[in-house]
Amino acid sequence: MPETETFYGVLRAQGVTRRSFLKFCSLTAAALGLGPDYVGQIAYAMETKPRIPVLWMHGLECTCCSESFIRSGHPLAKDVILKMISLDYDDTLMASAGYQAEAILDEIPKKYPGEYILAVEGNPPLNEDGMYCIVGGKPFVEKLKSVAANAKAVIAWGACASWGCVQAAHPNPTAATPIDKVITDKPIIKVPGCPPIAEVMTGVITYMLTFGRIPDLDGRGRPLMFYSQRIHDKCYRRPHFDAGEYVESWDDQGAREGYCLYKMGCKGPTTYNACSTVRWNGGVSFPIQSGHGCIGCSEEGFWDNGPFYSRLSDVHGFGIEANADKIGGVAAGVVGAGVAVHAGVSAVMRARNKSHKGDASGSDQSTEKDKGHKGDQQ
Amino acid sequence: MSSQGPLQTASAVYVYEAPLRLWHWINAAAIVVLMITGYLIGNPPWPLQIGQPSNHYLMGDIRFLHFTAAYIFTIGLLFRVYWAFAGNTYARELFIVPIWKKAWWQGLWHEIRWYLFIDRKPRKYIGHNPLAQSAMFGLFVVGAVFQIITGFALYGEGTGYGSWQYNLFTSWVIPLFGNSQNVHTWHHLGMWYLVIFVIAHVYIAIREDIMSQQSMVGTMVSGWRYFRDGKS
Repeated sequence: MPETETFYGVLRAQGVTRRSFLKFCSLTAAALGLGPDYVGQIAYAMETKPRIPVLWMHGLECTCCSESFIRSGHPLAKDVILKMISLDYDDTLMASAGYQAEAILDEIPKKYPGEYILAVEGNPPLNEDGMYCIVGGKPFVEKLKSVAANAKAVIAWGACASWGCVQAAHPNPTAATPIDKVITDKPIIKVPGCPPIAEVMTGVITYMLTFGRIPDLDGRGRPLMFYSQRIHDKCYRRPHFDAGEYVESWDDQGAREGYCLYKMGCKGPTTYNACSTVRWNGGVSFPIQSGHGCIGCSEEGFWDNGPFYSRLSDVHGFGIEANADKIGGVAAGVVGAGVAVHAGVSAVMRARNKSHKGDASGSDQSTEKDKGHKGDQQ
Repeated sequence: MSSQGPLQTASAVYVYEAPLRLWHWINAAAIVVLMITGYLIGNPPWPLQIGQPSNHYLMGDIRFLHFTAAYIFTIGLLFRVYWAFAGNTYARELFIVPIWKKAWWQGLWHEIRWYLFIDRKPRKYIGHNPLAQSAMFGLFVVGAVFQIITGFALYGEGTGYGSWQYNLFTSWVIPLFGNSQNVHTWHHLGMWYLVIFVIAHVYIAIREDIMSQQSMVGTMVSGWRYFRDGKS
């Protein structure tokens, strides 16, 4: 890869006209939610900035992030990986294999120290010295640390790299650990989701290429432009939520009318993601639009917040099928029963005392009747 | 009523001043509204409604009531903290539990025995007895503060990134609990914690009114505590 190779240079070499190039810049600006002013900035960046070397590593994961990424429509994934960035290592997409491939992981950090971006899909298991995930003969956690050491920034693709996802769900036998617990000295951009939305993934990369910096992040490291609101906040079924119109079962009239899936366990109200605005598959649809509730896949620990089909999560430690309201209801019932028993005993004791008083047998309990003659007890 | 210090007559003490009594009943009403609306938000019980959403706003109204009552509850509790400084000595009992005093522990032990029907003779207290004071702090104050913090954290999700509710509460509460769903779960559990407080509080207030040495329920209405033996 020549040092000065730019996105624009690559495009022109492939016979793309300047007119098409500017169209691409406009589309990309629109996809990022930027105004027309930014088209010039994007074009300038593409013309002048060298393509960023990207190393894309895979730990414990299912490759759904890659599957999502290659379906990006705006910009097309092929434009990103062939032109905008220089994807130097990605073991599921690259042509080379074996020693040839692994050599790149040593070469790039030496050649471009502090300039390349490390994208991580999946996470390292830490138990047994990382033996649960071996890539190219070495524990993934060791490779991850050594490649991250000279990176400019790290992108955590998906719920695995960001929070841990299914392999970190209780009881997490391999001690699968999100990468921000392993890499602590680099800026980490979390792009959670299982998988993340394709346009969100390419959007993050385009933003970093265009502006030469990482996007604004929230307190948990997620890009604000895609993760600052809940799915619920922009859901097209939200008016049904506010109206109190809910699907009660999967085949009822409400389901046919497209009512809110709140009572069916939709996790939209507790999930930060851009599904209800960006949607999926080039903006065709998203889970709620196709009639199924959100499962909250971009939230930390979402596998442990089940069930997917009830509004309240199960609370562990109280047996099967216990949720906050069931536990609370039982506790309140027990206290209520305790109060009733205590009140009954109190009444009996008091009545007995009174009848003893009537017999003049004496008791040391002060009651209303005896306050006149048994006054100064205190 | 214009003299300094606790007002006192031969058989009664002026314990709860008017602002404190007013707070108590407003607070009680807010808690009732919060519990009912909160339960309905988590478990909408009504059957399937049919019609254009523009004609209904049921959940919106319930949530509005919940948030309004929550603000009244929170501002009320802030006022109550202020009143602990501005009010009389009994106004401080809710927040300051004198666990460093030996007499307090002895009193606590006595009250436990009294409620277990071991001691037959109730003691006389002008303010709260030690057991009541621990319950007030441990159940009500702790529960209320927990509900306010988790509640505003959830509210801040709606008001959005950068709002003061988000900055003050959501920004640290949600990472603390891991995710928003967990905060919801704990907010539900917190509600039941306060339900238990209300059950115990109402029962004991009525029971003490009948069986102890001093007036209870009426005191929170009039402010005056009367004693059975006619001596204060």
